[in-house]
Amino acid sequence: MYSQESNDLDLGNISGNTQVIAQYYNEDTLINAALPDHIMGLNSFTNINYSRGNFRAGFRYETYLNPLEGYPSGFSGTGIGYRYVNWKNENINITVGNFFEQFGSGTILRAYEEPNLGLNNALDGIKIKYEPYKGINLTGLIGKQRVAFDDGFQNGNGIVRGFDGDIDFNTLFDSTFADSKFRISIGGSFVSKYNNDNNTADFILPKNVGAYGGRIAMRYGKVRFSGEYILKENDPYPNPTDERFNYIYNNGEGILLNLGYSTKGLGIDLSAKHNDNMLWRSTNVSVAPTSLLIGFLPTMSKQHTYNLASTMYPYAVNFLGEVAFQADIIYKIPKKTAIGGKYGTSININFATAYSPNRTYLNDMDSSRKAYTTTPFNASDSAFVKDFNVEIKRKFSKKFKAALTYFNFVFDDRAILVAQHHELIYADIFVAEATYKINKHHSVRIEAQHLRTDQDRGNWAYGLIEYSISPHYFFAVMDQYNYGNSIEVERLHYPLATAGYLKGPHRFSIQYGKQRAGVFCVGGVCRAVPASNGVTFTLTTSF
Amino acid sequence: MKKLLTLSIALASTGIMMAQNGKSIPSIKVKTLEGKTIDISQIKNNGKPIVISFWATWCKPCKAELNTIAEEYEDWQDETGVQLIAVSIDDARSTGRVEPYVNSQGWDYTVLLDPNGDLKRAMNVNNVPHTFLVDGSTGKIVWNHNNYSPGDEEELLEQIEKIAK
Repeated sequence: MYSQESNDLDLGNISGNTQVIAQYYNEDTLINAALPDHIMGLNSFTNINYSRGNFRAGFRYETYLNPLEGYPSGFSGTGIGYRYVNWKNENINITVGNFFEQFGSGTILRAYEEPNLGLNNALDGIKIKYEPYKGINLTGLIGKQRVAFDDGFQNGNGIVRGFDGDIDFNTLFDSTFADSKFRISIGGSFVSKYNNDNNTADFILPKNVGAYGGRIAMRYGKVRFSGEYILKENDPYPNPTDERFNYIYNNGEGILLNLGYSTKGLGIDLSAKHNDNMLWRSTNVSVAPTSLLIGFLPTMSKQHTYNLASTMYPYAVNFLGEVAFQADIIYKIPKKTAIGGKYGTSININFATAYSPNRTYLNDMDSSRKAYTTTPFNASDSAFVKDFNVEIKRKFSKKFKAALTYFNFVFDDRAILVAQHHELIYADIFVAEATYKINKHHSVRIEAQHLRTDQDRGNWAYGLIEYSISPHYFFAVMDQYNYGNSIEVERLHYPLATAGYLKGPHRFSIQYGKQRAGVFCVGGVCRAVPASNGVTFTLTTSF
Repeated sequence: MKKLLTLSIALASTGIMMAQNGKSIPSIKVKTLEGKTIDISQIKNNGKPIVISFWATWCKPCKAELNTIAEEYEDWQDETGVQLIAVSIDDARSTGRVEPYVNSQGWDYTVLLDPNGDLKRAMNVNNVPHTFLVDGSTGKIVWNHNNYSPGDEEELLEQIEKIAK
């Protein structure tokens, strides 16, 4: 430890960060942007952490006055959203209060947050991590989950209890295997929940439900493989929209496989996933889709970054079950070759699909209520999504680089329900992007995008110009134009201008214009955002 | 609440560190691409400068920053002895894509995985990219910057050169 060694009196450190987003709304009936009674919304949080030696404690102050339009319901007022105390030494690490945690890929347990999506299922209780011997990591935890915020965080009633163990054999036997080309680690988890929420007189719901599973990760040189299997005991949930899945007593099953190969200039990643009935919450009553989730079911498709590709038809995981596959290949044509050019050219091909599992329905809803049977990776013909995309990037000179991307989507919005018209949507998107560095500090970036579809709202065009002056300023204007809408009065423009100032960890931006209704995603999770017209101020900083 | 506030004001007036710069790297466990768990505060780079850059496979400015630096990284290393640690915050959706991406682009960085944001939280990172420069001889953060625009890498290099002397 070299912290504070020059000070005679060690008082420790205080650090933290702040984010403030304020929106002032205008009414805009054309794009369906409503003017709320309170005219403006503001979401903010500040984390304050204190640390001294092996001791750490902190809290977060959150403010939703009023919550931003489109933020999930269940947030109001101002108060403390998170607080914890942590102590550790070389082998043991104890947290009391709120904490985040992930076991394996997160299918069995993931307490995490995405503040920009209003997602936070932090546990409140105690967590102990223990490393009895090098390479062996054990975690035990118990707590309640954060479910809402009203002048302070609120927990659900259910209790989550979990244990996870992980062994990295190459660290454990490091005298022999530290530098071995072959590496292997295994892990196992057990998580159970207790809840007494039962809003139906018709069924006896289990009060304690367990889930367990194991994982393995291996590699030999440039080849890597990982696999995880999770089984969840029967855990009936209400399903008001589909009687076939209403309070069913099936077990749940989750399998995640990943195979990768990579060497300088070439990377290949293949993944396969089977999820069936893996909705896993610390309550058995009907709640908001992202509330009280114990497990995290990742989407297999790539998280796109270009506006039209990421927000028009983004795929969100199907909780009832899905069989999904993905292939991702990145190849860099070497530099100083005829095709690669002076600086090399990078090609990324990605293909992802997700299908409904092939289920045999048992029509046994009066006795066992085991609704159906299915076998792992047995996909039906009905695809929720097919997403094929190719990106070619090339740097032409020290000053100029460009990228071309093509996306082809088949998107079954009858199942996913994010578009305006719930139908089977076929869409092609082309994107051209170029960055030109004018001099040491000034650069300009342009993006042109086009979406073609005969369904939903028809074709869109998008343009963006961004001018940045490193390291302090950026300015951008963009427009989205729904010129292909079959309804003439809905062929609208959505212009938006942004200016920003940056200094060290501080970032301030102001945005003015129209935002279309769309789906906003971070990591693998999305939320629908309504149309808005107005001014947005954003400040982020850390200290 | 009031007590805590009074306490923090009292602490602030007695010379407590109140800026990210001047602090040590927190002792947090992260994973290497080989699957080994390590404590990031143990990385010392023999007293030479350390750059910690938070990124994700879905973050375009992050990749632009790290690809730009990658072209000059050998020169930077020869000149200053700097070690760049690229901390990926990709979660289970995209962690599988980290290693293929890193290798295909030929990055010679130390790449670490922070899939549930433990290090991100401990270093108070709001959003990516966020880049920290650590003086390896004292273990203290001397400079940090959020966001990336073309040209920002030159300011980073100037800062590295300052402490490499």
